Formats: sequence, structure tokens, C-alpha cells
Amino acid sequence: MTNMESVRKQFPILNQEVNGHPLVYLDSSATSQKPSSVIDAVSDYYKQYNSNVHRGVHTLGTYATEGYEGAREKVKDFINASSIKEVIFTRGTTTAINTVASSYGRDHLQSGDEIVLTKMEHHSNIIPWQQIAKATGAELKYIPLQEDGTILIEDVEKLVTERTKIVAMTHVSNVLGTINPIKEVAKIAHKQNAVIVVDGAQSVPHMRVDVQDLDADFYAFSAHKMCGPTGIGVLYGKKSLLEKMEPVEFGGEMIDFVNLHDSTWKELPWKFEGGTPIIAGAIGLGKAIDFLNEVGMDNVEAHESELVSYAMEQMNTIDGMTIYGPKKRAGLVTFNLDDVHPHDGATALDSLGIAVRAGHHCAQPLMRELQVAATARASFYLYNNKQDVDLLVDGLKKTKEYFGDVF
Amino acid sequence: MSFNNLDTLYRQVIMDHYKTPRNRGKLEGDHITVEMNNPTCGDRIDLQLKLDDGIVQDAKFEGEGCSISMASASMMTQVVVGKPIEEALKISKMFSDMMLGNELEDHDYDLEDLGDIQALQGVSKFPARIKCATLAWKAMEQGVEKND
Ligand SMILES: Cc1ncc(COP(=O)(O)O)c(C=O)c1O
Repeated sequence: MTNMESVRKQFPILNQEVNGHPLVYLDSSATSQKPSSVIDAVSDYYKQYNSNVHRGVHTLGTYATEGYEGAREKVKDFINASSIKEVIFTRGTTTAINTVASSYGRDHLQSGDEIVLTKMEHHSNIIPWQQIAKATGAELKYIPLQEDGTILIEDVEKLVTERTKIVAMTHVSNVLGTINPIKEVAKIAHKQNAVIVVDGAQSVPHMRVDVQDLDADFYAFSAHKMCGPTGIGVLYGKKSLLEKMEPVEFGGEMIDFVNLHDSTWKELPWKFEGGTPIIAGAIGLGKAIDFLNEVGMDNVEAHESELVSYAMEQMNTIDGMTIYGPKKRAGLVTFNLDDVHPHDGATALDSLGIAVRAGHHCAQPLMRELQVAATARASFYLYNNKQDVDLLVDGLKKTKEYFGDVF
Repeated sequence: MSFNNLDTLYRQVIMDHYKTPRNRGKLEGDHITVEMNNPTCGDRIDLQLKLDDGIVQDAKFEGEGCSISMASASMMTQVVVGKPIEEALKISKMFSDMMLGNELEDHDYDLEDLGDIQALQGVSKFPARIKCATLAWKAMEQGVEKND
């Protein structure tokens, strides 16, 4: 097994003090840190072969194109897409989901049709569907949550009907850590001739994802949550669907022939990539995938699973601790501690160098479902260790004591 | 290891306002209502103002949020009730400068005039929390605008 301590050493940002304490970074679900190899790859691109891609014939342009398209190959293999035609670079998960909603959604939805979501979705997998529903007259249906933050397959079967055209679901919840049974849901959706759009923002960074095995029609994720740079992500789509879809952005790079009154598009995947693409970002994402492959996604998953079990066990020893979500979960813990408001708790932890997220985590409907205004969240990644958990638990105990005294 | 620097933020007075907020509740009769939230963190305030004859006759609030946001709302209502609207706005401007860590010499008031509000001065050292403190004041300013 990979030595995870040597993995941690490859993240220069972790080696610093914050507010006089060694940094304990527990906010990787918001964005992950980057290893030196990724930082260097982006910097090398700008220092050595910065050029536009797919244009001109000069040498640097060739290198840049190779870097950009090479990254696409890496993404294809990483998620086991069947062809590079199915890998579209976008700005991130949000843009990827919006692309599906604006293109596929607009063309396939009409009044009386239904879009099925869950109550645990991130805003970026709710609002694009709300907007397209308003524009087309389609209706949103929500799969309810069980007490433990999971969904029941029976509910999916009940809600997905012949009126359903799209099922949009997160693979892993960024609040509850719930891992949804995408493969089963895809089967149910396909039985009704609906497509499934999967929000993979919290899955691809943390576990092995095989889009063909899942039989997902669309799958979206962001590089910045998987050791890559901000500003780039991926929309995977089945070729048969993408081929029939209209681009959403029009301009340079995505065209074949341009006439005065009409134009034609490039083939897949480029017809969806209007304008100069995110070259440095793609190169950084490619390096992040190399890095994750070297560690091994099975190791990443096992490491996080061990950490999160340990964290839950330790956190549960604190009186007044409420943890949301199921026992079997991805590597994050969302919680509330007594009457300490999560912002106050997060500020106290921050003063000890411990970075956690506090707020509604871009999931306001889910917060209402949990009947809380806000929560705090500690999320783990491959560079975290048991000492981080111990420091968190210790910090939480101190926080409780501090506010227990002043309240 | 302790929380020494936290004490500049969480002063006793703030905690007192958080625990036993002043003017929490609903106004009867004619009044202006402003609902405001902090979309990044979920703090929410529902502020009710009774403005008559150029004076803030009464103010009450409801809502939910962290200690800083709720204490600030409590202190804000306490200080503006009974004051001319113009003065309330001047104090709000001063509060905003205080949060930004700006000089306060040009203002018509001394910190001492503001009573409990002084205790919030420490918030300026915690940039992530300034929005919590200013929420109620923004709501008040919006309420006054609504009145015009
Ligand atoms: C589950 C989930 N979906 C979507 C997103 C949005 O990702 P991005 O902001 O990178 O587009 C996030 C990240 O915040 C997320 O956690």
C-alpha cells in the first residue's frame, strides 16, 4: 500500500502555520489542495510552451495542443469513457450540468414532462433544472430522504414514470456523504426511456468511477476538487446523445464552416468547446489524474474510509454532538455541536489553525430538510491523517468548553 | 493552548445580547418589514421598523444566525430606537467604518456614545465575520429607504 505520509509531503501548502498553529485542512470538499506536480505542470506550460491550441502550425502550438488533448485522453481512461469524443472540457461541474440542461433539456422537455431530483442536491444540480422547467413547462419531482440521509430504490421506482425525461442525481452528497446507488437508478431511468445526469463533483475525486459500468448518460465533475486547478471540469456524455445535441456556446474553435448566414460545427467533443479553451487547466487536470493514479483510487478510498470512521467514532464521544447522514459514507462529516452556531464554531477552530466549512454548503433545500439553518463540515482527502482528526476533536472539545463558559 | 485571541471577538456583552436579545419579537400595528439574509452562510434577519415623524419609534427583529449577527441586531435596535432617522443612518455609517477598521474621528459620535456596540469592534479583526455583524444594519438602512 502507498505510504500516505509521503503523499502528504507532496502538498506544499499543508506545511505552514495558520494563526500560530500547524494548518489542519479539513475543507477538501469545497476545494482540494494541489500537489507540487500539478502546480509545476501549470507553471511549466506558461514558462515553456504557452500557445493557443488547434491553430497555426508553429512548434509551441503543437506542444500546447498535445498537452491539452493528452489531458482529454487521461480523463477518458480515468472514468472509462469509450472515446475522447465523450469528454468535454467545461469550467466545472456547474457549467457541465448547465450545458446538459440548456442543450439536451431544452430540446427534450415539454409541458407535462418531469425531471426527477433528490432532496440532497447541491444548488448547481437544482437551479439549472428549475430554470429549464420554467422555460419548457416541465415539472420537478423530488425523491425524499430517509431519516439517515439515504434514498430508497422503491421511491425512485415510484417517482420515475413514463413522464420522466431526466433524472438528475448526485453520486455522493457534499453534506451527508451519502453514496447514491447510481447504477440501479440508471436502470430504472432507462426503463422509462429517461436519461440520468450524475453530479460527480464529490465522487470522482474520492473513488473509482466507471461511467460505462454505471451506464450514466451524463456525468459532471470539477478538477479543483481532485488535486487539479480551478476553472476546469468535465462533462462526460454518451456519444449517441452528444451527437444529437446543439452546442450552447458559439464562436471560435467550435466551428467547421462559417458562412454569412449559417455555420456548421466541428465534430465531438470540440463542438461544445467554443472559444480558446482552458489549456493550462486541462494540463493541470491531466497531471492531477497522473498523481491520483500513482496513489491508486482504491487506496484513496480506503484511506478516507478509515479516516472518516475514526472521525465519527471520536466525534461521537463529545457530548452534544449531532452528526448528519448515514453510517456508510464518503469522507466527510457534517455536524452541529450543542448550541454553538457553526460560524462561531468554525471561527474558534480557525483560531487553532483548523479549516472547516460552516454554512448551508450550497444545499439550502437539504438544510431545511434537516431543519437546521447551518451546519459545520469537516471533509477529508488523501493527505489528511489521524492526527488531523485528533486535532479536530481536541479543537471541538475546547470550542465547546469556550462557548459553554461564555454562553 | 487556549483561545486568547478569540476573546477580542466574543466579548461578554456580545454573548449577553446573543443569549438574551433585546427587542426580539414582532411589532404590532403599522410598520416596515425588511427580510435580509447572508446567502453565503444562511444568517437571516427579519427586521421591523416603525418610522414616524422622522424618528425611529420602535424596532424589533426575528431571525437566526451566529452570535455575532444576532448580537449585532439586538444592539442595533437598542441604539436606534428613539433616535431621529438621520442619526440612525449616521451611526450605521460609523458602524460600517468601524467594521472596516477605518478611523472614526470624523464621525459625530464617540464610541462611548454607542453603548454596547463598542464591543463589536473586535469583529474587524476577523474579516470572515464582518458580514455577520453588518447584516442587521444593512436591513435597517434598507427599511429607511423603503420608507422614503
Ligand atoms: C455535490 C456538488 N455538486 C456540484 C458542485 C459544484 O462544483 P463547481 O463549483 O466546481 O462547479 C459541488 C461543489 O461545491 C458539489 O459539492
